[in-house]
Amino acid sequence: MFDTSLLAKAIFGRLTLDSLPLHEPIVVGTFIVVALGGITLLGAVTYFRLWGYLWREWFTTVDHKRIGIMYMILGIVMLLRGFADAIMMRLQQAIAFGGSEGYLNAHHYDQIFTAHGVIMIFFVAMPLVTGLMNYVVPLQIGARDVSFPFLNNFSFWMTVGGAVLVMISLFVGEFARTGWLAYPPLSNIGYSPDVGVDYYIWGLQVAGVGTTLSGINLICTIVKLRAPGMTMMRMPVFTWTSLCTNVLIVASFPVLTAVLALLSLDRYIGTNFFTNDFGGSPMMYVNLIWIWGHPEVYILVLPAFGIFSEVTSTFSGKRLFGYTSMVYATVVITILSYLVWLHHFFTMGSGASVNSFFGITTMIISIPTGAKMFNWLFTMYRGRIRFELPMMWTVAFMFTFVIGGMTGVLLAVPPADFVLHNSLFLIAHFHNVIIGGVVFGAFAGITYWFPKAFGFRLDPFWGKLSFWFWVVGFYFAFMPLYVLGLMGVTRRLRVFDDPSLQIWFIIAGIGAFLIFLGILSMLVQIAVSILKREALKDVTGDPWNARTLEWATSSPPPAYNFAFTPVVHDNDAWWDMKRRGYRRPLTGFKPIHMPSNTGTGVILAALATAMGFGLIWYIWWLAAVSFIGLLTVAIGHTFNYHRDYHIPADEVVRVEDARTHLLAAGAKS
Amino acid sequence: MSSLLHRSYPLFHIRKFQQGSTVRVLKILALLPLAAALSGCDFVVLAPAGDVAVQQRDLVVVSTVLMLLIVLPVMALTALFAWRYRESNTSARYEPEWDHSTQLELVIWSAPLLIIVCLGALTWMATHLLDPYRALGRIDADHPIEAQDKPLNVEVVALDWKWLFIYPEYNVATVNELAAPVDRPIRFRITASSVMNSFYIPALAGQIYAMPGMETKLHAVTNKPGVNKGFSANYSGAGFSGMHFAFHSLSAADFDKWIAGAKASGDMLGRNDYLVLERPSANEPVRRYGSVDRDLFKAIVNMCVEPGKMCTSEMMAIDAKGGLGREGLNNTLPLTYDKYARRGAVFGPEPTYVAGICSVDELKGQSEPESTVPFDTTPLRGAGLKRPPFSPANPSSTSLLLGSRPKSDS
Repeated sequence: MFDTSLLAKAIFGRLTLDSLPLHEPIVVGTFIVVALGGITLLGAVTYFRLWGYLWREWFTTVDHKRIGIMYMILGIVMLLRGFADAIMMRLQQAIAFGGSEGYLNAHHYDQIFTAHGVIMIFFVAMPLVTGLMNYVVPLQIGARDVSFPFLNNFSFWMTVGGAVLVMISLFVGEFARTGWLAYPPLSNIGYSPDVGVDYYIWGLQVAGVGTTLSGINLICTIVKLRAPGMTMMRMPVFTWTSLCTNVLIVASFPVLTAVLALLSLDRYIGTNFFTNDFGGSPMMYVNLIWIWGHPEVYILVLPAFGIFSEVTSTFSGKRLFGYTSMVYATVVITILSYLVWLHHFFTMGSGASVNSFFGITTMIISIPTGAKMFNWLFTMYRGRIRFELPMMWTVAFMFTFVIGGMTGVLLAVPPADFVLHNSLFLIAHFHNVIIGGVVFGAFAGITYWFPKAFGFRLDPFWGKLSFWFWVVGFYFAFMPLYVLGLMGVTRRLRVFDDPSLQIWFIIAGIGAFLIFLGILSMLVQIAVSILKREALKDVTGDPWNARTLEWATSSPPPAYNFAFTPVVHDNDAWWDMKRRGYRRPLTGFKPIHMPSNTGTGVILAALATAMGFGLIWYIWWLAAVSFIGLLTVAIGHTFNYHRDYHIPADEVVRVEDARTHLLAAGAKS
Repeated sequence: MSSLLHRSYPLFHIRKFQQGSTVRVLKILALLPLAAALSGCDFVVLAPAGDVAVQQRDLVVVSTVLMLLIVLPVMALTALFAWRYRESNTSARYEPEWDHSTQLELVIWSAPLLIIVCLGALTWMATHLLDPYRALGRIDADHPIEAQDKPLNVEVVALDWKWLFIYPEYNVATVNELAAPVDRPIRFRITASSVMNSFYIPALAGQIYAMPGMETKLHAVTNKPGVNKGFSANYSGAGFSGMHFAFHSLSAADFDKWIAGAKASGDMLGRNDYLVLERPSANEPVRRYGSVDRDLFKAIVNMCVEPGKMCTSEMMAIDAKGGLGREGLNNTLPLTYDKYARRGAVFGPEPTYVAGICSVDELKGQSEPESTVPFDTTPLRGAGLKRPPFSPANPSSTSLLLGSRPKSDS
């Protein structure tokens, strides 16, 4: 007899109607809101006939500037999701006292804290950082684009593919319930048989390809495409930190890919790398994932350090103090970040000598970091500090980050870590450095480079509002967690029985709400700025009286960035040009060789995402078909000979003349 | 600066570091504002009951003070420079080209370096001194360990999602309740049944992971009678929030009473009872067992509580001798332990494990924690037990690695 269930299994794998979380009212509500919002957005795009424009000008673009902007949009959209998770956790922990179970069951709550961590690191912090590097680095080194423009587009869409898989898990099936690093044995098939961990694995694998390739791309760009005269020791500090970050990416992401591949082998074909039985060792997973995980922290924070360097020097109207020492500090941090991974698990029972070694290497990192802090301080010293928003974020960072650094070094003392590990003190610590360092840095960068990208500034009123909500909210949200950690409260708890703790969770909840207002103000700020763009307009291309090359061109820069490749004589190249009375060349333009747009990146990433979805749900035909499709399209693309074109000289003349008129009009008014 | 550090932190005198009055004063100073602001809260990490945790607390405080030496000036300078060199203050000096000073560079690299040298020395010492595997050297600051201080052995098993404590000397066991006499060293041997947990009693001592198939150790002592909370500090699944227990610090007499109370319980914890107990369950009430299978902990660590299953210690002993050759394949086929689902992977083999193994250890009923290397390998081939159907006596039914895999018959 014909068995329909077998057919359904062949077509849909383990995906059934029961996989939809219809029994979770919160998820259903979210789905309705997201669906309505999505339909409105798609409807609007269709109504205004924007599909063609979006496809031609944005989705298929190989322009590093547009890709950078798309990364930023991805990061901000995912920030909303990650933050929704955060505020749900804060609410649950604030009310689940005195016998109350709160409003989230374990099944849902455990997914939320896992998703929060994964999303915030991989799909918020990484896109924001990568986006800024993508936008700024080629401009800062006087290049036309990155080394491999198509690869850049492909990398971006792979990152989107990973994010899409993680978002699908909200409504189809479930996400991992393992914590953001998915330690086995819990994440192994015996203890997590559901699709959650598979979503985790494939979401990160797909996005990881993008991250690794974009790392290779930016390294090549920085090494090969610098303007004449820009020696390594004349590179802007942001470019230096980007170089180091991408070296870290290229060296560490393959470890993540490998360890997740081993975990998938355990889950799919029954190997025993990380199982309890037959010689498997979960401790090996913990080591490997942190060999990626610790450099990852520096991948995020180094570009932020670079942003703070640019901002401090620009808004203090002063050369960066101790450029050489700043560069060496960055390089030292890059190297040392590989020698500290074990400090994430002192409590796993390594001997005292091993623990001491990793504790002390960790402390040593604080020396170059401290030197950087002093360098920013002495850049401010004898400067003329303009407290525009980017500078405000920088000062807030300097106050906040030293606290996080201090608690970090404290946690690097193994016996101290024994009493604070996995406690809310640890949570407070890493939010302190990630929000205080990476997020504040990203916001400083966004406010700083926004006028470059769009030709008008962000509205300062809403920006300041957002700043104060964020900074005050941060302290309210995380200082109570330090306190709770000292009271011996551990992380990832869903319910509490000691009523004396509740007040601290309520304060932390209020802090999270303030941060919510901060995010809201930021969105309002962007909307208001777009509405008031005429008033906020900048025609000079250099609204902050800045120092590096990206400010030498127009805002927004033309597709080709620079009509003539600039020649660099000093490490504050643009400042030096201004000082020497640089005049824009007005004649002699030549055709410019540029890369062509291509849709291959979107198609490849879509196929990779479909393959991930197939593997997650055991829909083998889908996985096989999309894998073959992936290979076919990739090989097919190598036969695409329409890779480049020339911007005709007339077009360059037209664009440059328009700028000349604008500058002249700006000078008159 | 270095002389001040030397006075405050007698790094090279361990005893002095433990008892140093300077440290104590610093500690009080550092705690005062906190204490004033937050009186009424139970800062168990800062005011623990056990000597190990007290030393760890001291280390937290000393390191913090040491770092504040540099953090506070940085914060003060940030505020000062931000204010003094603001744009509107035109009277401040402005030197836009000033970007280097060798003296300043020396200071900004060496100041953090000095702090880290001190902290690093402190770390090296304290990490060795407070190594959880190291037997205690003292009961508290004033009492070194004497010959008569026999440690209390406690075997700890993290289960899904409750804690099992076995007292081998007293032959009793409890679930979700731990007791120990004050001022007597405690030696914990820790493992887990299925996933990673972390055994943590903040009032007693720092935490250490509890991991399946592995044993970690913790040495501690409690100095004040009272009840404190213990829990898992490493997320382990759905029932994690309820995975806590009460830790009773009792006087010697009360502890004896407590043991007698546990003994009075008629329940016995044998291997089969354990297999029932280890099934996942959350928010379990306290349970006491009047007697325990004396080899239970060893069997849990070696993942062979199920009767007849080969222990990893035995497997390792065989491997250490070079394995059993081709005949041995039968006995080292997949020993599936990750069992709730009792499922293989998608494409992987069906789970199986060795049907029968009988070791020298088990026959004699020895309770030695260390496994003896079985020089005589005859019993390992299953002497005296029902032979598995793919016995090497009939090689035609044997296949390499993943050949015929019968379901277990236990």
